[in-house]
Parts: sequence; C-alpha cells; structure tokens
Amino acid sequence: MPSDSYFFAQPHFLRIAGLNRLEVISLLDKADSYVEQSRRRQKTSDRLHGLTQINLFFEPSTRTQSSFEIAGKRLGLDVINMTVGSSSISKGETLLDTAVTLNAMHPDLLVVRHGASGAAELLSQKVDCAVINAGDGTHEHPTQALLDALAIRRTLGSLDGLRIAICGDIAHSRVARSNVALLNLLNVEVRLCGPPTLLPSDADRWGAEVFHNMDEAVTDCDVVMVLRLQSERMDSAAIPSKREYFRFYGLDQSRLSHAKPGALVMHPGPMNRGVEIASDIADDLSISLVTKQVEMGVAVRMAVLDMLATARNEAI
Amino acid sequence: MDQALPILITGAQVIDPASELDETLDILIADGLIKDIKPVIEPTPEMLVVDANDLLLCPGLIDLKVKTGEPGSEHRETLQSAGISAAAGGITTMVIAPDTDPVIDDAALVEFIARSSRSKAIVNVLPAGALTKGLLGKQMAEIGLMSEAGAVMFSNGDKAIDNADVMRKVLSYAGAFNALVSCRPEDANLAGSGVMHSGELSSRLGLKGIPTAAETIAIARDIALAELTGGRLLIDQISSATGVDLVRKAKSKGLEVYASVSIHNLTLNELDVGDYRTFARLSPPLRSEEDRQGLIAGLIDGSIDVIVSAHDPRPAEEKRLPFAQSSAGACGLETLLSGALSLVHNDQVELNCILRAMTSNPADLLGLSAGKIKIGAPADIVLVDSEKPWVCDADKLLSKSNNTPFDERRMQGLAVATLIAGNVVHDMDGIFRQEQQ
Repeated sequence: MPSDSYFFAQPHFLRIAGLNRLEVISLLDKADSYVEQSRRRQKTSDRLHGLTQINLFFEPSTRTQSSFEIAGKRLGLDVINMTVGSSSISKGETLLDTAVTLNAMHPDLLVVRHGASGAAELLSQKVDCAVINAGDGTHEHPTQALLDALAIRRTLGSLDGLRIAICGDIAHSRVARSNVALLNLLNVEVRLCGPPTLLPSDADRWGAEVFHNMDEAVTDCDVVMVLRLQSERMDSAAIPSKREYFRFYGLDQSRLSHAKPGALVMHPGPMNRGVEIASDIADDLSISLVTKQVEMGVAVRMAVLDMLATARNEAI
Repeated sequence: MDQALPILITGAQVIDPASELDETLDILIADGLIKDIKPVIEPTPEMLVVDANDLLLCPGLIDLKVKTGEPGSEHRETLQSAGISAAAGGITTMVIAPDTDPVIDDAALVEFIARSSRSKAIVNVLPAGALTKGLLGKQMAEIGLMSEAGAVMFSNGDKAIDNADVMRKVLSYAGAFNALVSCRPEDANLAGSGVMHSGELSSRLGLKGIPTAAETIAIARDIALAELTGGRLLIDQISSATGVDLVRKAKSKGLEVYASVSIHNLTLNELDVGDYRTFARLSPPLRSEEDRQGLIAGLIDGSIDVIVSAHDPRPAEEKRLPFAQSSAGACGLETLLSGALSLVHNDQVELNCILRAMTSNPADLLGLSAGKIKIGAPADIVLVDSEKPWVCDADKLLSKSNNTPFDERRMQGLAVATLIAGNVVHDMDGIFRQEQQ
C-alpha cells in the first residue's frame, strides 16, 4: 500500500476540530481520486478487501448511511448496516453495551451516528477499531464538512480567500460546527446568519462573523450554505412560524442577488422547500451544488475509510 | 476502641476557626467531650497518649448537603457506606437531604432516618425534612412535626420551588419554628434540559447549556421573598459570581440570608468537562473561571457561609453514557477536605476561612454544639496532614459509587484520623491503635 498515512495519524475520525490543514488537504486530494473511480463503469476496487465496516446508526438516516455503505463497498469492504433505534436500544441496552458487543465481532471500521453530542468520542474509548463520526447530536458531522469543501474546491478551483455564509439553524447544527472549523483551516472568511434564537450567543468566537440580517450576510459571498431547520431538536419553538422564517431567513432569488454574481448555493439535505430554501434555487443546477454534494459525499467517505484503515494497518 | 479510656492528643497544631485559635496544644478527651486544652497536659497511666506532631487538629467537618440512596436507591449509597466515606474525609456530622424514595416529608420518616443511622452510620447523621409534600413544590410539608422529630433544616432537595407563592408560604411558616429553609436556586424552565454551563464551551461541544440567569433569577426571587417574610433562607449550592453579588447585597441589608457552595464549584470550572467527561456533569453545573473566582471572593468576604460536599453518588451505569444522557452528581465526602485544602495551598483562601465554612458556620446555622474546639464541646475532631500528597482514584473511593470529578487529580492534604464523641472512626495510619498497644 502507498505510504500516505504519514499525513493522517489519527486513530479515529471524530471531529474537524483537532485536524490540521495538512491532514485536511491530503484527505481532499485522496477524495479527488475517488471521484474519478466512482465515475468509471467499474467502480469497485479491492483496496480494503477483507476488512469489515459496521454502520451503526442510532438515528434514522438515508443519505449518510447509504453514502457510507457505497463508499465502503467501492473499497472492497464488507459492510454491515445496523439501525439500532429499532432493536437493542428499545430493549434497554446502553450505547457502551452495544459497542462492546460489536467490538467482539472484530470490525475494522465503525461508522456511528448518534443523537447525543460526544457519543462517537465515548464509543471510541471503548472499542479497538477505528471510529468514524457520522454525526453526533449537535456537536459535529465531519465528513459533511469535508464533502462541502470538496464540492466547492472542484467547482471553484480553490477555497482560499472565499467568503461563505452559513445560514439558518446554527444552534442545532452539527454541520455548521464542523464547517466553521474546516473552512477556518482552509482560509475562508466565514459568516453565520440566523435568528438570535437559533444562533449560540458566543458563535462570534468560533472564528466567524455573526449576522441576523440575511441580506447583509449574503452580500458579496461566493457561496451560501443553507441549513435545515431542525424542529425535532428544539425543546420549545425558537421561531414563531415557518412562514415568518422563510420571509426573513429563507433563500430566494432576490436574497441571493446580494451575493457575488454566479454565487453557489449548498444545502446538506434533506431540504425543507419553502422553509429555508426556495424550490427554484434548489433545482437550478447552474447555481445549486446540492447533487454534487451527494456525489462528493461518497468520495470523501472513501478517503476517510481508506486513510483510517491504512493508518491502522501501518501502525500494526 | 475502649470508650472509657481518656485520650490525650499531644503536640497538634490546634485550629479552631470559631475562636481563631491556632497554636500547638495538648488536648484531653474523656466521656466523649473535650475535657482540657493546654500547652502541656501531663499524661497519667490510664490515658491513651497520641503524638500528633506535624498534624493539624480541628473540629470535625459538618456537611450540610449529603445524599444517600437510603431508602430507595441503596445501590447508589447507604447510610452505612456514606458514614464510612464521611469518616475517611474528616466529616463528623452530615445532614441527609430529603430527596430519597420515599421522600422524607413526614415525621415518621425523619425518625426512621435518625433511628436507622444511629445503628448504621459511624458518623452523626441529621435528617433534613422536605419543604413540600413529595418535593412537588405544591403543598407545604409538616415542618413543625418534622422539626420536633429531629429534622434540623428543610429543603426541597435538588428541585427549586417553582411557585413563588408556595415559596413565600414556606418561608413564612418555617419562621414560626425558626427553621432554616434551604432552596436550590434554579429556574426550571430556563435551565430546561441543559446539561452544563451555557457558554462558548457548551456551544462548541454541542451540549445544551444552563445559563447563569437560571440561577440569578431564582436567587433574586428567593431573597425578595425572604425579605417579605423574614424567613431564614439558605441558598443551596450557589454557582455564579452574579449570584454571590445578590447574596452580598441581601446580607448588607441585614436579611437572614445565607449561602452554601459545593466544593466542586469552588475548585473546578467548566473546562473540567473537557471531552464529555460525565464525572464532571454536576448540578449546579461547573461554571466559568470568573464565576469560580467570584465564589472564592464570596467565601473570603463572608457572603458564602458554608462549603458542602454535595455528595450525590452515581453508579457506573448512570455515568457510562453519552454526556447528555448521564445523570448529574458526584461523590464528595472523601474529597471535601482535600479539595478545600487545595485552595489554601494555592494561596487563594486562608485555612481558617475554609475551615470555618465547614465547621463553626454550619454548626451555628443549625444551632449545634459541635464544630468547635473548646472545653465541654463534643469531641468530634479530625486530625489532618495538610501537606501529604496523593492522587485521587475514583475506583478507590469507599463510597458505593465510584465517581468524582477529582478523579486522577493530584491532591494535597487529607484526614489522618477522625473522632466522634471521643471514638475513633477513622485512623488511616493507625496512630491510635499503635499507641494503645
């Protein structure tokens, strides 16, 4: 195997905070090559043949889970999907019991999504294999940030010096936290925009400028990322109505006209059309990167799986 | 240990915060009382003579906030295991919080705790009664009858009384019995499902925060009600600097308002949560360093009267969970003294000041004769090696639950021996045993 693990010595992939620029760039470079592999007719390699990947999802997910599954299969991994919400948890088994059980089956890679912040971290302390965080509560979703960066890099050539606005439900968004951390590493000027009830009061200390007026936030931006309104994570209503939310924070043509000409629009999905984004923007392939994000997702996850498996192999 | 044998402790540095005594003296103990305190007491053959050179001798600590699991959750802690932990930590009297199952909300249950602890616990146990039936914050409990049965103070456990009118009535009614009303200041709606201090760290970790305002709103309300009713109010486990300011102001008005602080809030801050360490999930949450400094300032100027262990043991199955799903609470009995001494070693607080907050101040609040070193006082005494370094290991705690935010921390100073009414209940180095042979 090529000795590229030098650039990635992390035993797990839990968060963007804690990665360095070199690690991020080598991951993006590697993902680039997997984009090409995924576009060929023969998409599967035997690079990680014989290793086992378990996708452990405590929260329902369609796109992330299938993305990780396809990524694993394209590398020749044996992939097993476990949607735990429906089985053991309802029988009272704790996260760590599940972890110990799975660990005894000797997986090499464990992809975890959980509704509690820090769950992937906790799991990584108790198992022998590499743990990949596929989203933990409102903490981080690191592969999403990587795929966003890759989609931008492949479209605009570079992220260096770009101005990007992340808009919407920042408070409940693990995607926003990962993205701010990653974009800061890549020398991007980051803006955060949302109503004060959906923005942590100290978000200005994350390394981003904070806005409550969407028109001002998107002004002269190269990219506008729109986040999903996560009503399922809210204790009490943080906005009066979806109608009012769209009026002030929904992305439509007139709002987008404040951004740079040719500015791109991104959304991690699934979209609430007419709540945070207007359908005509979401569907306009000349400005929307939404489907490209999904494609990049597979490539980025292949890169992460490969880097971790290779680093582990060389460590042994 | 032969109870009849008089004990002579020689050469100890005797510290009595109440009288500001701090000198090398001999102490004679007989019949469970301190019989004599003099620079030199001549031993007689029937005395057990213990050389306590290099040790501090101070009143046994009085801890106003201890939770056990008895009755109802004995797997967490029993009166017996809590007693052993307390003795090892130099605590001679502990006040048991009423949030058990069933709740200690009537006289029979107060008597049950008092009676069963006499046979089970090796330290003095005093029950606190519930302020409201079932701690539900709705109907006042029988404060008078519980007082007669031996409840030394009243609290609503870890739940604030949401209804201001109920709180008003409780404070007002308790005044007839001169009962101390203790209340945890936390606005339940504002605290919501928060799990740590609300701030930059909580938003980075993606954990729901409890804003400081949840505490200050409750403190401001309860102080206003204490002023309205003239009741005696103990604000339980204050955690914020702004909360201390409110108490300071209330005291300057001459109100009977007191405050306690947990040893954890006094010595640790939000950063101890680190990477989702559930051992640092506490209620009230560990707050910012500025808050901690504000608490220390409050302790020094007397705004804060009492340091408590806030002993609330949680077994592994409640802590080995994702942070937000774990339960709040930690063992405190065995680390109260060492934690407090760390403030002395860091030159943040005088020894006398921290000891006062754990001995004479809580004794005065409850009207106890303990908590002082003087002739005729009960011989509830702790001998302390204030310099001895050790490393805290949660697994080695004597409590039934092994969790403390001090886990793996380097500590300095601990209780070498503990006496209750002249009986040795903790003797780490066997100094009392050896001397007897």
